[in-house]
Amino acid sequence: MSQQPFEAIVTEHGPTVLRVCRAILGPVAADDAWSETFLSALRAYPDLGPDSNVQAWLVTIAHRKAIDQLRSQARRPVPVAVLPEEPSRDGVPGSGQTELWTALMELPLKQRQTVAYHYLGGLPYAEVAEILGGTPQAARRAAADGIAALRQTYLKGTVR
Amino acid sequence: MTEIFTDLPEIDAETRRRLHARLVAAATEAGVIDVAYRTVDTPVGTLLLATTERGLVRVAYPSEDHAAVLEQLATRVSPRVLRVPARLDLAATELEEYFTGRRQLFDLPLDLQLSQGFRRTVLSHLTDIGYGATASYAEIAAAAGNPKAVRAVGSACATNPLPVVVPCHRVVRSDGTTGQYVGGADVKKALLRMEAAA
Repeated sequence: MSQQPFEAIVTEHGPTVLRVCRAILGPVAADDAWSETFLSALRAYPDLGPDSNVQAWLVTIAHRKAIDQLRSQARRPVPVAVLPEEPSRDGVPGSGQTELWTALMELPLKQRQTVAYHYLGGLPYAEVAEILGGTPQAARRAAADGIAALRQTYLKGTVR
Repeated sequence: MTEIFTDLPEIDAETRRRLHARLVAAATEAGVIDVAYRTVDTPVGTLLLATTERGLVRVAYPSEDHAAVLEQLATRVSPRVLRVPARLDLAATELEEYFTGRRQLFDLPLDLQLSQGFRRTVLSHLTDIGYGATASYAEIAAAAGNPKAVRAVGSACATNPLPVVVPCHRVVRSDGTTGQYVGGADVKKALLRMEAAA
């Protein structure tokens, strides 16, 4: 089968990749990681195999771009707050979502990543493990711990 | 288990627009957009316009199915296809001027890579037919150097990747009837009527 026009890839997978980036980096830095992910994907797209899982491919690129972002954040001399105080500017209206991103930011990185790639990126644990290293079982455990922690911090505070 | 993520709202249109614009800017700077496209509304329907670095590569009527045309471009030119209206501002302006009777000649770089061989030779002769004039399929076959290839001229017109801009609508039957058209016979008549009235 021939490849879809890249625009169709952006339309179809753009929102998922954005949620993954937001879960790892918070709403603002997520924009940078998102555009770098799709720029990198656009470059490599003609060489992508016709039977490839496009979403898994994009989540893998997003993972690397998010790591780059985290490293460059860590290198900055003055620590910058991960989450700025003006979420609505970034298209995340509604306090509920902001609280979710805040709760995610409080998780250890590994838990954040496994939760993001599995629950938001739709990857099975075997593929999450391939991206992060380690076993699928370890990825599943980290995600379960992450979800348990989110239940404590995020769901407790919301009206259910 | 996943109830935390079940009620995430859609990514809103404004965010999508902003991110798309960022991607387009970065990809333009990196020079990795091989095919840029947009649509433009005209009296004969919404036309799809696509361009490469070399020039306008495709004009498509709605009847051709724009999604299918974009897939064809992805296959035949490059899958690096993005919607970048600004790259086609000039073409859109010239088409708007044409459809409002203010332009008789298109002044745009063209990329004829989707047409090859004799068909391409035929297309290069179509621009010789002036605004408001017509030529027969037989006349174009003769001009293209193969007077017997009347049917091949017909198929060259039917597969013209740049209708309106490369004026295959000005090629008519020897008996004076307008004949078929990639955008539909009625559209062909409408274009000829419009040009005759200007």
